[in-house]
Amino acid sequence: MHDDPAVSVSGLFKSYAGVPAVRGISFDIAPGETFALLGPNGAGKTSTIEILEGYRKRTAGHVNVLGFDPGENCREFRECIGLVLQSTALEPELTVIETVTAFSQFYPEPLRVEGLLKTVGLADRRDNRVRTLSGGQQRRLEIALGLIGNPEVVFLDEPTTGLDPDARAGVWHLIRKLSQKGKTVILSSHHMEEVEALAHRLAILVAGKICASGTVADLLHEFGGHSRFSFWWPFDQLPYNLPPALGSLHHGHDNWVSFSVAEPGKALVQLTGWAHHYGVNLDSLTITKPTLEDIYLSLTGARQKSGGPDR
Amino acid sequence: MLVKQIQYQLMLFFRRPAALFFVIVMPVVLLALLTQILGNDPIPGQTTTSAQFYTPALAVFGVVTACFTYLAVSTATSRDQGILKRIRGTPLPPSVYMTARIISVTVIALISAALVIASGVIFLDVEMQWDKAVAGLFILVTGGLSFAALGMMVVALCRSSETVQAVVNATLLPLAFLSEIFIRPGRELPDWMIWTADFFPLKHFSVALGNAFKPSLEGYGFTWTDADDAFSVLPEFLILLAWGLFAGVIAVRFFKWDVRL
Repeated sequence: MHDDPAVSVSGLFKSYAGVPAVRGISFDIAPGETFALLGPNGAGKTSTIEILEGYRKRTAGHVNVLGFDPGENCREFRECIGLVLQSTALEPELTVIETVTAFSQFYPEPLRVEGLLKTVGLADRRDNRVRTLSGGQQRRLEIALGLIGNPEVVFLDEPTTGLDPDARAGVWHLIRKLSQKGKTVILSSHHMEEVEALAHRLAILVAGKICASGTVADLLHEFGGHSRFSFWWPFDQLPYNLPPALGSLHHGHDNWVSFSVAEPGKALVQLTGWAHHYGVNLDSLTITKPTLEDIYLSLTGARQKSGGPDR
Repeated sequence: MLVKQIQYQLMLFFRRPAALFFVIVMPVVLLALLTQILGNDPIPGQTTTSAQFYTPALAVFGVVTACFTYLAVSTATSRDQGILKRIRGTPLPPSVYMTARIISVTVIALISAALVIASGVIFLDVEMQWDKAVAGLFILVTGGLSFAALGMMVVALCRSSETVQAVVNATLLPLAFLSEIFIRPGRELPDWMIWTADFFPLKHFSVALGNAFKPSLEGYGFTWTDADDAFSVLPEFLILLAWGLFAGVIAVRFFKWDVRL
């Protein structure tokens, strides 16, 4: 039983009035794993998550969350999942503690309200009205509502969108804590650093299909064979006879020269030989591994322009 | 669980000053204004005073403002804010949540009606008809529930709270003028106005409660008779019930917890 995935999706398909939004995706999430769905707006992230949460009916495919079919959306299912929806949904005129207490009454074995407020850093705001909270505080309150029922699986749909860096760091800290407690977390995001910082595994969703999935290291290995060289040199003074192994040069702003190669060792030898011969100083030479962002942009870039409203 | 939810909904209402004013204060203000403007002498051709007519009429207005206007607008606003969707994602049974909202507005409606009636009795010499009070309370509650169903029907058929607000005001205010609430009887109305008012439930509600305040009528009200001097609320009850069921079926059929789902 313990080896069964907490969440299992196979051949999931969803269309709205005949327009496909999710086109046959499959993935499994192990218990205790933090799994991220990454993609541009309109890629089908929220559709997928809302099907897993029980809000939407799938058009075709199989979905299983903790042994339940979310399509039936029964009460027992809702008792063991926790939700943080994409947009804020709080009663502005209730206080923080009233809000959390109200939700705690919905669940058979809720966490202690005071303790949870301490965990999310809202203990000192407990008697303030929700409308007086900052965006980051409201988001942390919503995370508290997602956790109050002590769920096994937590869904976080773009939990840090619209937050300033401090607030985002606070939310990340909370999500890491969840993972440490052994919760299964499903996260959707269009922030690369967020996914790199939090997720054990991820799937990149573009136009309703998974175009890459695995750990961050897997993706870097699979899609990111290229290393990036850059150095400073005024472009108009650059010698013409460049070694062919360097490929095509890119000359960015402020006289930075850069290029990407598949065989960095070979390129480095040729580059240093060439530079020595022509007296190019290679100021601020850096060689960097590709980031998840580079991979993401190369996978999504071509189709990003067609992105519609996110759902 | 239901009781807790009702408490929460009542608490929310009492934290919304605008709602509090329109539902609880406004009917009393209107009672004071109308009886001041029109005087509190016996209405020509009738044995009762203006206050004896306007007190039940504005009690009905308060009930409808709570059960129809406030329920519809607050529910649609909660839906716009995503609160309904969020609640639907918890183990709280949706029926418990909706029942709590409806019972809470009915409680608010009864508070509003009690306040109007108490003001009439204390300040405007309105005569309570205690033998008719049970039937009066019965019609207040069933009328309230019927208008709650109508309110939920409007929410189910409209997408945004702005539309809901427009629809409830555009239906309630003109009807209130035709339905013996703001305008006391005695004027000759064109036939089409009478037919319109007779078709919709508001006039039946106000007439039934108004009769519970008429000293000239006899009986406890739970009869079907249409004799001129008899007090009977059951025919009006039947019309309110029919409207309530009709609206309730449509509301249940078309209601969405989030318009995007």
